Amino acid sequence: MTYIPTSPTERDAMLEIIGVKSLDDLFEDVPARHRFPMLNLPPALTEMEAMNELSGLAQANENVRNDLISFLGAGMYNHYIPSVVDHILRRGEFYTAYTPYQPEISQGTLQAIFEYQSLMATLTGMDVSNASHYDGATATAEAVNLAYAQFRGKRKKVVVSPTVNPQYRAVIRTYVQGMDLELVADNANADLDSQPDELTGLLDDNTSLLIVQYPDFFGRVYDYTKLIEAAHAKGALVCVVANPTALAMFKTPGSMGADIVVGDGQPLGIPMWYGGPSVGFFTTRKNFVHKMAGRLVGETVDNRGQRAYVLTLTAREQHIKRERATSNICTNQGLIALGTAVYLSLLGKKGLRQVAELCYQKAHYAAAQLSQIDGIGLCFTDPFFHEFALCVNRPVSEVNAHLLEHGILGGYDLGQDYPALKDHMLIAVTEMNSKEDIDMFVEVLSEVSHD
Amino acid sequence: MNAPANLKYTKSDEWFDPATGAMGISDYAQSQLSDIVFVEILVEEGDAVEAGKPIASVESVKASAEIYASAGGTISAVNKDLSNKPETLNSDPYGEGWMVKVDGGTAGEVMDSAAYEKYCEERAH
Amino acid sequence: MTDAVMEPKVKTTPKIVEPTLFDLSSPGRTGVTMPASDVPATALPPDDLLRSDLPLPELAEVDVVRHYIHLSKFNYSVDSGFYPLGSCTMKYNPKINEDTCRLPGFLHTHPLQPIETVQGNLVLMFTLQEWLKEIAGFAAVTLQPAAGAHGEFTGVLMMRAYHKSRGDTKRMKMLIPDAAHGTNPASVGMMGMSVVTIPSDERGNVDLKALEAACDHTVVGMMLTNPNTLGLFDENIEKVTELVHGCGGLMYGDGANLNALLGIVRPGDLGFDVMHFNLHKTFSVPHGGGGPGVGPVGVAAHLADFLPEPLVGIVEDGDEGTAPLYGFVKPTKSIGRMKAFHGHFGGGFVRSFTYIAMHGPDGLKDISQYAVLNANYLQARLRDTYKVPYDRICMHEFVAEGRFKGSNVRALDISKRLMDYNFHPPTNYFPLIVHEALMIEPTETENKDTLDAFAEAMIKIAEESKSQPELLHNAPSTTQFGRMDEVKAARELVLCCWLPDNYGSE
Repeated sequence: MTYIPTSPTERDAMLEIIGVKSLDDLFEDVPARHRFPMLNLPPALTEMEAMNELSGLAQANENVRNDLISFLGAGMYNHYIPSVVDHILRRGEFYTAYTPYQPEISQGTLQAIFEYQSLMATLTGMDVSNASHYDGATATAEAVNLAYAQFRGKRKKVVVSPTVNPQYRAVIRTYVQGMDLELVADNANADLDSQPDELTGLLDDNTSLLIVQYPDFFGRVYDYTKLIEAAHAKGALVCVVANPTALAMFKTPGSMGADIVVGDGQPLGIPMWYGGPSVGFFTTRKNFVHKMAGRLVGETVDNRGQRAYVLTLTAREQHIKRERATSNICTNQGLIALGTAVYLSLLGKKGLRQVAELCYQKAHYAAAQLSQIDGIGLCFTDPFFHEFALCVNRPVSEVNAHLLEHGILGGYDLGQDYPALKDHMLIAVTEMNSKEDIDMFVEVLSEVSHD
Repeated sequence: MNAPANLKYTKSDEWFDPATGAMGISDYAQSQLSDIVFVEILVEEGDAVEAGKPIASVESVKASAEIYASAGGTISAVNKDLSNKPETLNSDPYGEGWMVKVDGGTAGEVMDSAAYEKYCEERAH
Repeated sequence: MTDAVMEPKVKTTPKIVEPTLFDLSSPGRTGVTMPASDVPATALPPDDLLRSDLPLPELAEVDVVRHYIHLSKFNYSVDSGFYPLGSCTMKYNPKINEDTCRLPGFLHTHPLQPIETVQGNLVLMFTLQEWLKEIAGFAAVTLQPAAGAHGEFTGVLMMRAYHKSRGDTKRMKMLIPDAAHGTNPASVGMMGMSVVTIPSDERGNVDLKALEAACDHTVVGMMLTNPNTLGLFDENIEKVTELVHGCGGLMYGDGANLNALLGIVRPGDLGFDVMHFNLHKTFSVPHGGGGPGVGPVGVAAHLADFLPEPLVGIVEDGDEGTAPLYGFVKPTKSIGRMKAFHGHFGGGFVRSFTYIAMHGPDGLKDISQYAVLNANYLQARLRDTYKVPYDRICMHEFVAEGRFKGSNVRALDISKRLMDYNFHPPTNYFPLIVHEALMIEPTETENKDTLDAFAEAMIKIAEESKSQPELLHNAPSTTQFGRMDEVKAARELVLCCWLPDNYGSE
């Protein structure tokens, strides 16, 4: 079926006004030998048939709400999403609108983005936020673009901590292919026990940006204040990749002196959706605002004296600056950013802290229980939030296969990215994991390790 | 449209004052850009610039532009107040809105004010 | 010209139509209560690692719902009316897509789950790759890029990698027509390449003479939107691709205007080597107030090895009794990863899959035929009132001039006045090669009555521009909000609001 509302009579009347005889006559500019190809696609389905087919595909998956108990994180997390979030996202006024180019009839979207910017700046402890990027990884790559532009390409080194999410580091490597830049410390064989301050030795007058993660990929929480001071002493900028749930509880990167704080907003009320879409938040200091890519909403007044909002500083962007723009980014993740704003406004001051503390408590309970199993131990001793690296006494794939038989989605196999962490898995625990789930996980894992 | 007779002008709408070595953007340029909200001077004191090379980047509410050196020489002064008050480029492009000064400036391809005024009129059609 | 700039303005407190979340906050409220912890307590880390305050707003559930419902009423949307925003393909978004993409099996799967547990997702992705290949005539497709601009960046990276792999390192020039979207040159700028602008001829085609002169051994390729941003199909398209290929360059297709070509012609057949799709335009992923977009990229066989990793492929063949096992594969010379995980699966792939499945080959052709019919019908109804500078049969959109002889009414005024007639305005001031451009794209999902009502409003506005121009200059007057002070926004730069300093102290 199609959604075309035009009747054959109307079509013919329209063709007559245009002055052609048939629909096909509208396409004479298309080279005849390639015109009207027969597409080898399955025949059209009705709505009922389509719903059946899609339901079948969805049911062919094992999902973490009905089928599996999940301890998998590594960049995407299973959190509770209050009902209101999706009720708002299903409003056609929000999801069927486009970019608010006409502010008189887009104040809903504009004010919602302005509030999103405010919420993210509050959470990260920074001055300003943009309207969002595609995801945490691309937001991190945009931080590299900002620093590159800030130093007009004169500082050619970016120090990337090896404990930044491996996928984020991979995206940075892709993004800088056309830039005259060197990535330093982005090394899977680095000493992962070393403290972050040891990165200081790599910073020099040629460094434009230092990137660290908070908590780092292994869940560890460090105070980066000294490291940031050291970077600033060399004139470099610092970008902190942060988990937004952790920011409800831990000291903000803003208070540590960070210049840019980015991350993925998925934990804030967005379903995992097999990896996307999520939303990349990007916050910075006011003095970098002109070098920041992406859309920005600012407050103003309309000609009737009403407070209102508009897209501002648009001359920074690609449609005006073209090849001189900091980035080619055009869209933001509008609807997903709205989802995180609804989530944050529902949970608020108290609720978000509760979520963070539940994650912390449950993860620490799980870590304590798991590390009592013979042959299994925690890799690191530093403070952590809701993820931790666990050393197991056989290949992670074997352990996970066994867990899966018991309906448990085990941790991320760290050996894939870090050769030194063969037989190590990264466990994530959130408020969605009950004590019962954790106890079962411990029980099944002790069976495996004793086999 | 105002183009003081003591200045020289480029086709890309910058001016140069042979007497002081100052350069900036013309009244025509500021009016075309409209409300200027951001100025970034790309050179520093002591830098050697060539005529025709970028010295600044300017953004208005609706447009952006690269500003090119109207003369070559060694930068002797940079107008640091502009970044805080970019609107000066609109209100006083030939006075407080100067961007940089050069020592021993040799003008690039420039025209006098009469030729420049004619050039601006042609473009306004 | 800039007379008002320095005039001191009287400070007045603006009227607040809808308070912000921060204005609405009141100490002690919460919209959600989380359960108490069911595990033995662990001490929190030392205080110097913790934040002392979390100044987020505090609201009850009903406060939040009413706030967002109030905001939603300020928006114009496709669900509420005609949205002929050129180049954006604001077609109707079928409601079933909203249900299929929220099936729990899609919503609650983790991107790093073992492939055996997500065969439904992988079959869907594999099938969508196959369908997009077939629709546009390419050898391989990546679904990873997050939006059109991201797809462009992917495409340009691959073009660069292709030349580099052949030891052809001198190619640094990208040819881009003057009518192109700004993302095209910006994508090139991100790669440190240079842009050579190619003019359009008097029929709105690429100027072949200028193109020929620009084609040499330093050309990376050409980025071309076809139909172009004037809504015109390039009459010499095969000659264009021949010239670019002739100098060793590659043809990049900007798929923004694919809604005109479904079942009409396959860009791959015309000689395009690489193209991004905008699933949020052509295949009905809703625009979401500015995103997320979805920007898969298709390539001809000689570029397939350079695609981003990973792609979805068959990792174990099936036989009569068992289905094949779908998983991830890495192209041999991959440019790398464009984003974390696999792309915009839920919000993007599931909706587009549903849409393509429900249309089938004939339905897809109908989409493009009716999109083109509607645009030509509007063009025919308006061409006597508004100048159409490149006037010939158009594709899915056309560009008119929003200005009249002897009148100071501009395209912007016409657009604002359209709001008073309850229409969303067309795209303004783009493409740059048309004076006071009004770029109109009706899409296939509008009926004749709507198109007639829009045409009549446009004709009436043209009359008003002569009889009562002030109506246009002051428009809109019937909307909740009037024209904005954009200078104030940019100069004062208020980008965030916060809880008041004395919050909670009373």
